[in-house]
Parts: sequence; structure tokens; C-alpha cells
Amino acid sequence: MTLTRRNVMIMGAGAFVAFGLPMRATAAAEDRIAEFTGGAAMADSGITLTAPEIAENGNTVPIEVAAPGAVEILVLATGNPTPGVATFKFGPLAASQTASTRIRLAGTQDVVAIAKMSDGSFAKASSNVKVTIGGCGG
Amino acid sequence: MKRTGRITSLICTTALLAGAALADPVDDTLVVNDEIEITTRTAAPAHLADRFDEVLSGWHFREADTRAMQADDFDNPGMIFVENALTAWETAEGTEGKSCASCHGDATESMKGVRAVYPKWNETAGEVRTLETQINACRTERMGAEKWKYSGSDMVNMTALLASVSRGMPVNVAIDGPAQTTWEQGKEIYYTRYGQLELSCANCHEQNYGNMIRADHLSQGQINGFPAYRLKNTKLNSAHDRFKGCIRDTRAETFAEGSPEFIALELYVASRGNGLSVEGPSIRN
Amino acid sequence: MAQDVTPRVKVPKSAAAGEAVAIKTLISHPMESGQRKDKEGNIIPRSIINRFTCEFNGQSVVDVTMEPAISTNPYIEFAATVPEAGEFKFTWYDDDGSVYEDIKPIALK
Repeated sequence: MTLTRRNVMIMGAGAFVAFGLPMRATAAAEDRIAEFTGGAAMADSGITLTAPEIAENGNTVPIEVAAPGAVEILVLATGNPTPGVATFKFGPLAASQTASTRIRLAGTQDVVAIAKMSDGSFAKASSNVKVTIGGCGG
Repeated sequence: MKRTGRITSLICTTALLAGAALADPVDDTLVVNDEIEITTRTAAPAHLADRFDEVLSGWHFREADTRAMQADDFDNPGMIFVENALTAWETAEGTEGKSCASCHGDATESMKGVRAVYPKWNETAGEVRTLETQINACRTERMGAEKWKYSGSDMVNMTALLASVSRGMPVNVAIDGPAQTTWEQGKEIYYTRYGQLELSCANCHEQNYGNMIRADHLSQGQINGFPAYRLKNTKLNSAHDRFKGCIRDTRAETFAEGSPEFIALELYVASRGNGLSVEGPSIRN
Repeated sequence: MAQDVTPRVKVPKSAAAGEAVAIKTLISHPMESGQRKDKEGNIIPRSIINRFTCEFNGQSVVDVTMEPAISTNPYIEFAATVPEAGEFKFTWYDDDGSVYEDIKPIALK
């Protein structure tokens, strides 16, 4: 196959179809973000999201979020059929605005965490997690 | 198609190289609860000396997060089921009104070391018994209770409890004497190619451990960590359950859990890990 | 319905006044996501723990909304400040209306 303009366009269309599903999921994630922030701008510092670069299994992926001074942290898996993962609300006796949990990821995707700070501002962190396909179904 | 072909082969080469580097057993040590030292690599037992220098627990083939999950009993979800089994241990069942504890007392003391020597020859019954067949013999003969399903949750919880109290002790199954015939039968199964893919256990776990199979790491197929809490199905899995999965993946009809074939195979595979610590309930992919 | 749901909590037995302590919680639960199908191809209905809370002497430490992307046997770890001797109360809320509770006392050093 030679790379003619027409072939390139066909390949482009194929790629669009192939990525149709994740794009829909991302739109759902954006809706959740808008609902959480009310459309406010998000700083890109002040929150840390720790997740593995490569997850051994998408069924059980350990993550940690930390945002000093946050009242609430929303976690989304943008590539899941439904993006919601968890919302952590920190009370007066939380020693730090940090939490860890284990989550399900349907495939390689961005995990996003957004903190709502006590002054009403927002901060966002994102981490790409590669989910491997097992060798043996065993 | 020339251009595409070249790009594809380039990507494949890169992937294979990256894979080979990742699949090596990780150099790390396992201490559970800062207390129980686990031997996860040791010199191969004498009967394997012509095959391996060293035997390695499957723990070495897992990612850091998975390895860490096994280092603390609270982080290890398999331990929930150990707690459930402790309750079952104390619960009387069957026509004799007995519990496991009625005969065996405190499992955390009396059952230390039991996992390490099973499967084991039973003189009275004249057969090699796995922990599961022994537990069911206790249930039917001493308690007058119903058998448990071989790999059902009651059974696998109980074998997880028995494994947990032997953690850190070396696997030491007897392969000579009356068990020898069964052990040899197990060895033959291990080296027999099964299924449409014509694969033996040895093809993957002896000749190719440390390599990738698709995106996963091939281990030596040791069973010292069983029952294993697998991330993929988020429950405890018995060794026979895993054997079944492997044989099914060769596209063969598998043997049944608890069958004489799998009991023989379990004895043989366990003996390949003689010297490794009992690790169950372990965390695996 | 979820069966054999067992909560587990790890809290130190004592702390200094004002000290931060690490708390780990795990509860055995299938967390059926509502995305899976059974052998006949019917959707298996969602059945998850949808909320977890931790309070100390009636004051909130964390309040977590959980969605189907939380793994089977949910695990949550966080840190709490211990101002005085008292009791931690942990509560898990199931889709089926069940509520599971655990209470852990903590003494001052």
C-alpha cells in the first residue's frame, strides 16, 4: 500500500470510529467535572494523584490522592463505561486530605482527580495508567 | 504493504525487547507483617537439579504493587477469608456435633506445618491425599457432615487458613516411599503435551519462565503460594482451579478438581517447590 | 444480595492527644458493577457499597461516595486526628439497604 492522500483519509476515518467509544466516555467525564466545579478553572498544582504507570490487572489498581487543604476530592476514570470512581469528603478530624483505595479500570486510560479547596478554588491532576491484557485466561 | 510491514516489524521488535526486560524475576525479598520471613528463591531440590539451579516463587514475577499487597495481612484481601475460616473452624457441624476445633484445638498452633507436607500419603486409606481430600475425610468420617465442594469457597477459605499458619515454613512433600508411584504419575502429566496447542506444563513453566506470554509474565508455576487471591477474579483460587485454567488454555478437556490425575500433579508440582516457603494466601494476577 | 459481608478495620490501640493515626479499612463485598452479563446474556444488576463514613466521637473524619469502579472487597486508607480518647465509628452503606458497622476504641498515651 502506498500512502496516498485518499488512503490516509480512510485510515483517519477508521481511527475515528475505533476511538468513538472512549470519546463518549470522556464526554461523560467532562460532564461530571463541570457538575463538580461549576465550570470554574482548575489549577494544575496542589493535588497529587499516585497511580501505577502499568497496572498488573485492571480489576485492582491501587491509587492515592492527596490535596492539602481540600474539602473534597473527586476521582474519575475517564475511559470506563461510567467515569465515576469515588468522592472523598474530608471532615474536621481528617489528619490530612489524603486517601488510598483500589479501583477498576476497563482499559488503558487517564485517571483524573479534582480537589475542591476550602477557599472554593479547584485543582486537577491526571495520570495515564496502562492496563495490560493478561497472558492466560486461566 | 511494504511500508506498513516494516513499521509493524519494528514495533514488534521493540515490544519483544521491552517485554523480555520486564519479565525477568524481580530481585526483592518478602517479609510478611515485618515478622514472617518468606523464602521466595532457593536452590532447586535434588530431583530438579538437572533442570533448574534455583526455584522461584511466583511472587518474583509480579509488579511492585502486587508484591506489596502480600507483605501486610491487612492489605491482603485473602486474609478476610482466613478469618471466615477461623469461624468455620469453631463451628460444630454434622451428626457428631463436632467442629474442627473439637479434635484439633487451636488451628493457629495445631495446624502449623501441615500445609508444608501436603499432598501426603495416608497409610490407612492407602492413597495420597491433598489438604482438601483430608478435610473432606474429616468432615464425612469424624464429623458426620457433608463434603465440601473441592474448590468451593468453604474449602478454599479453610485451606487458606491452614496455609496462613504455616507461612515461612519450607514446603517439604515426600516423594519417595509409598508416595513415589503417585509422584511419578504427576511427573508424567507435567511433561505430557495436552490440547490442540500441544503444550505441556514444562513448555511454559520450565522452558520459558521469565519470558512473556502476551502481556503477562511466565513464572515457574510454583504452587507454594496457593490458595492465591487473584486480582483478575478477586477471590481465592485453589491449585487445582489454576491447573484447570492452564490445561483449558491449551485447548484440552481438563481433568476434574480433586481427580487422581490432579492430585498426582499437585504432589509433583509441590515437590518442585520443596524448600520454598509456604506463602498462601498469596496475591497473584 | 451480598453475602458474608465482613468489615475489617486497622486502628492503633492508643495515640497521643492531637496525633495523626493511619487507618485502613477493608470490607468483603462483590461490588457487582451493573456492567456484567450472566451466562444467558442478562445484565447482572448493580449491587455495591455506595458510601463509607468514619467518625470519631461523632465528628466526621471522611465521608466517601463510592461508585461501581471501586474494586471488589473495597479498601480505603486515610489519616485521622485523635484529639481525645474515644471511639471511631465506621459505617458502610449497601445498595440493598444493608448497613454494616464497626467500632474501634482508642486510648490516650
